[in-house]
Amino acid sequence: MSETATPSFPKHLLDFRDWSRRQVESLLETAQMMQEVLARPVKKVPALTGFTVATVFFEPSTRTRISFELAARRMSADVVSFSGTTSSTVKGETYRDTLRTLDQMGIDAYILRTDAAGVPYQAHSWLHKPVINAGDGWRAHPTQALLDAFTLREKLGSLEGKKIAIVGDILHSRVARSNAELLPMLGATVVACGPAPLLPGSLPGATLTTSLREALYEADAVMVLRLQKERMEKGLPPSLPEYIAAYQVNRERLGWARPGAPLLHPGPMNRDVELEGTLADSPQSLVERQVANGQAVRMAVLYHVLVGKS
Amino acid sequence: MIFKSKLLNEDEVRRALTRIAHEVIEKNKGVDRLCFVGIHTRGISLAKRLVDLVEKFEGKRVPMGILDITLYRDDLTEIGLQPKVRETRIPFDLGGKAVVLVDDVLYTGRTARAALDALIDQGRPSRIYLAVLVDRGHRELPIRADFVGKNLPTSKSEVVKVKTLEDDGEDAVELWEVEAS
Repeated sequence: MSETATPSFPKHLLDFRDWSRRQVESLLETAQMMQEVLARPVKKVPALTGFTVATVFFEPSTRTRISFELAARRMSADVVSFSGTTSSTVKGETYRDTLRTLDQMGIDAYILRTDAAGVPYQAHSWLHKPVINAGDGWRAHPTQALLDAFTLREKLGSLEGKKIAIVGDILHSRVARSNAELLPMLGATVVACGPAPLLPGSLPGATLTTSLREALYEADAVMVLRLQKERMEKGLPPSLPEYIAAYQVNRERLGWARPGAPLLHPGPMNRDVELEGTLADSPQSLVERQVANGQAVRMAVLYHVLVGKS
Repeated sequence: MIFKSKLLNEDEVRRALTRIAHEVIEKNKGVDRLCFVGIHTRGISLAKRLVDLVEKFEGKRVPMGILDITLYRDDLTEIGLQPKVRETRIPFDLGGKAVVLVDDVLYTGRTARAALDALIDQGRPSRIYLAVLVDRGHRELPIRADFVGKNLPTSKSEVVKVKTLEDDGEDAVELWEVEAS
């Protein structure tokens, strides 16, 4: 029976500001361990027995929420779910009061999603308990970036010196922001591409371009993002047919990337809009693998914020 | 750590395992429904040896599985270390089987407790035995081994190292002293 030495871990995951490369790599190694648990006939271990985890989603979500809940249950934590769209917040209660109320019920860790950026940061100071950001506004979605990095490492080996292209609605994407923060920590270069109205003024960690050819040229992997119509103001993008004509990742354009470059998409996907539909089902697509890996990565995150030494 | 002495050499390890194999057969009145499950890491090597010996004596190959107990430890929140999870593979139905759980050293009993939980999560054996090459005492739980290669009274400042041909290139049991810091 042996363990490996591990760095101390922050007791929260809000973004990667407080995380070092070594901590991230250590967490991804734990995720690999969790894959072993998920491959067993009985996919459950008692590692988090006695802990209660709350998924508090003030914004709708299906896959992230289920992924987190299964991750917690696979490790025998008790899970309570709170949906902001069907709860006291619609009656006018503030985030703070809602979370403080939950905190009186003995919750050990919060998995928090909000449509407002920064709420997980505030929640962390209100609660003094581990807070895991499951997506806040356009700002960050760190566990999605971790599962993307995990999936890329699984496929490409090391990310050192690899070029990752992120294509689509960069402006409204918290996935793009978190990936631009995380992937360079692991040695990759990130090029983010979209039409000018869907690009932010700057994206720390990434180079921005409106040229799809430049972004995809010799890319080692291509991450395609959804057009987030619900977050767009009128007139963005100018028109869907124009977007498809210029920016859809299709077979021909994927040929600009390195041969066999894997394709990722965080979902949900608008088939034949940002990505040629058949490509999503092709051997190059890692879309389903991302979902499967998400559970192992979230198990690792929960393990480290609740059990890891701080 | 300071090496103190070799407690068992290659021949003595072989003889201890041979005796355990005979005892297992005797206690079970044969090998029907018998199986072995080795606990990572050296328990697996020892379980393989016992399966080979049982086959040699009885002419029947009994099934064997491997068990990882990392996430079943009761001290995870205390040690807080990165878990080193390894494969658990029991490629047969445990239902109704007499399982011999195999580990190298029995010490506090916490590994054996975790292994019992991990095993029971995989199925419902009719009974579970515990076989260890070395019992060094200092139990913290009411657990005992059914088959013991050698009982070794030790102090808590000592470390018992079991080496196997498969994992370490030699069969031996060694006693080491932890250096005072």
